[in-house]
Amino acid sequence: MVHRTERLTGRRVLIVTLLLAALLALCIGGGIAFGAGTVNFSSLLPGGSLTEVEHAILLQVRLPRVLAAGLLGGALAVAGVVFQALLRNPLADPYVLGVAGGASIGGVVALLLGLGSVGVMGGAAVPAFAFAGALAALLLIESIATVGGQLTVYSILLTGAIFNSFAAALIYFIQSVASLQQLHEIVFYLMGRVPALGYQELAVLALAIVIVDLAVYTMCRDYNALSLGEEGAMLLGVDVGRTKRFTFVLGSLLTGLCVAVAGLIGFVGLVVPHMLRLVIGPDHRLLLPAAFLGGASFLVLADLAARLLLVPNELPVGVVTALIGGPFFLYLLRTRGRNYAF
Amino acid sequence: MPSSRDTPIQVADLSFDYVGRTVLNDIRLSVGAGKIVGLLGPNGSGKSTLLKIIAGTLPGYRGSVQVAGVEVRSFARGKLARLVAMVQQEPEFSFNYSVLEIVLMGRHPHLAGLAFESAADVEIAHAALDRCGILALGQRPIHELSSGERQRVVFARALAQEPMILLLDEPASFLDIRHQVEIFDIVRELAEVQGCAVLTAVHDLNLAAEYFDQVYLLSDRTIAACGSSGTVLNYANLTRVFETELYVDTNALTGKLLIVPLSGRSRRLLAETRAPRRNGGHQDS
Ligand SMILES: Nc1ncnc2c1ncn2[C@@H]1O[C@H](COP(=O)(O)OP(=O)(O)O)[C@@H](O)[C@H]1O
Ligand SMILES: [Mg+2]
Repeated sequence: MVHRTERLTGRRVLIVTLLLAALLALCIGGGIAFGAGTVNFSSLLPGGSLTEVEHAILLQVRLPRVLAAGLLGGALAVAGVVFQALLRNPLADPYVLGVAGGASIGGVVALLLGLGSVGVMGGAAVPAFAFAGALAALLLIESIATVGGQLTVYSILLTGAIFNSFAAALIYFIQSVASLQQLHEIVFYLMGRVPALGYQELAVLALAIVIVDLAVYTMCRDYNALSLGEEGAMLLGVDVGRTKRFTFVLGSLLTGLCVAVAGLIGFVGLVVPHMLRLVIGPDHRLLLPAAFLGGASFLVLADLAARLLLVPNELPVGVVTALIGGPFFLYLLRTRGRNYAF
Repeated sequence: MPSSRDTPIQVADLSFDYVGRTVLNDIRLSVGAGKIVGLLGPNGSGKSTLLKIIAGTLPGYRGSVQVAGVEVRSFARGKLARLVAMVQQEPEFSFNYSVLEIVLMGRHPHLAGLAFESAADVEIAHAALDRCGILALGQRPIHELSSGERQRVVFARALAQEPMILLLDEPASFLDIRHQVEIFDIVRELAEVQGCAVLTAVHDLNLAAEYFDQVYLLSDRTIAACGSSGTVLNYANLTRVFETELYVDTNALTGKLLIVPLSGRSRRLLAETRAPRRNGGHQDS
C-alpha cells in the first residue's frame, strides 16, 4: 500500500526528515566504525582512548570518505528526482541527459594527458577537466534542445541520449590509443568510486551541493504540478518554461559535480527516488529532502560494503549499488508496489 | 463595448496557426458573467485550440483575447490561474498521486512560495470532491481510477481552484448519463449562484440544448453560427455543420430541442419512406 495521510504538512515533512536524518547518522556511524584497517572497538567506547594510528584512520581516512559518500549519494538521488520530474518519467536517471557523457570525456582526456597523478594540481586536474566537460555538454545540449526559445523535453532526452552514445564512442576511441597504464586508470575512473577527499575539498563540494539543492527545493510545488503535464502545470500558474530551464541546469550541475568527483556511480539516482515514492508518496516537498538523506544513507552503506566485502581489496561502489540495490528494489516492487504504477 | 466585469471573456479578430496551418480564423466570441456558453463543432474544428488560447497556454495567437479585461498573453501565469480554471480534454498524470493530492493541486495558484495547504484548503478540496460525488475516492491512487472517475477528479480540481472563469473541454465525454447531468448541474449552479463565466466544448447536442445559454458553432476554422441555443441549435445548422442526417424534434417536457442521430440504415429508411423530416418546426422554417 502507498502510505499517505490525509495531506502533507510541514510537521510531517519535519518528522520524516528527522527520521531519515537519524538513519543517515547511524549509517555514518557505521561507516566510520567499520573498515579494513584495525581500530580496536573498546577504544571507541566512552573512556577508551585511541592510538595515534587509530585516530588517523578514523578522522583522516574513514570520516572524509564517509562524508564524501553521503554528499555524492544525496546529490545523485536529488538529481534523479529532479530529472524524473522534468521529463515526467520515473525511469529517467541523472545520467540520461548527456552531462555525464561530457564529464566522462573531460575526465578521460585529463587521464590521457597524464594529469591523473596526485602531483598535478594536487590531484584536482581530473575533476576540473571533467566538470569543464560537463558544463560544455550542458551548454551544447541546452542550445540544441531549445526550439523557438523553448526547451522541449523530447529534444532534451534525444539530444542527451545521442550525446551520451557519442561520448561513449569517443571514450572507446581514447581507450584504444591509450597506454596500458592509462587504460587501467580510465577504466577505474569510469567505474565509479568514492574518492578520498580532503576536508577543504569536501567543504567546497558540500557548499555547491547544498546551494543547488536549495535552489531546486524552491520549485518543489511546481514539480508536483508538472506531473499534470506541461499544459496542466501552466493552467495551475506554473511558469513552465522557466522551471524546465532552471531544473535542467541545476540537475545537470549536480550530476556534473558527482561524475567529475566520483565517476559514474550508477543506480542511486534511479532507485532511491523509487524506493522513497513507494513509502512516502510522490509529493516533492517531502520527496526532495527525503531523497537527499536517503541517497546519502544508501551510498554510505554501499561504500561500506564496497570496502568490507573483499578485504584487503576494494570493490568499485557502483558494483555494490547495482548488485544490492537492484534485487532489493525488485523485491520492494513485488511486495509493496501493487499500487505503484509506472 | 461591454465591460470586462460583465463579460469576462472577450475575443475579437482571433486567428491561430499551428506551424503554418491556420486552424482558427477571424473568431469573435464573448462570454458573460453567470452565463454558460457552449462551443460545438466537428472533430478538429478548433474547439480545444480556442479554449487553450483563452486559458493562456497558446500565446502565439493574432487578434485580441481579453480575460477580465486584460490581454491574456500579458497576464502573469500565477495571476491568470487564480482567475481561470480549465478542464483539459486529455489530462495527464505522470506520477501516481492520490485523488486528494490531485484536487489539492487546484490550490496551487493560491499558495505562496513553499507553503503547505492549510486546513481551509483541504476543506475546499473535500467540498469539491463531495460535490462531484467522489469523496470516497480521496485516498485512491489516480492511476487506479476509471476514465470517468478521473474526469470527475479533474473537474473537482477545477472547482477547488475557485475560478471566476471556467473553461471545460468535453468535461463529460467519459461520464454516464447521471454523472453528466450532475456535472452540468454543478456548472449551472456555479454560473447562476457564483456568477462564474463558463465556456464549454461538448459533443452531446442534447446536453447543449438543455444547459447552454448561448452556443457557438465552429466549422471550417471559423464561427458558422452563434446565438442563444434555442436559435442556433436547429436542424439546418446542425446537419450542415456536422454533415450528417439527424432526427430533430422538440422535447415535449421542456420545449427544448431533441436531437437523435440516424444510422445509415435509418437514413435509408428515411429516404425510402420519404417520411416528413421532423425538425420540430424550429426557427429555420
Ligand atoms: N499541437 C498541434 N499541432 C498541430 N496541429 C494541431 C495541434 N493540435 C491540434 N491541431 C490541429 O488543429 C485543428 C484543431 O484541433 P482541435 O482544436 O484539437 O479541435 P477540436 O478540439 O475541435 O477537435 C485540428 O485540425 C488538429 O489536427
Ligand atoms: Mg478537442
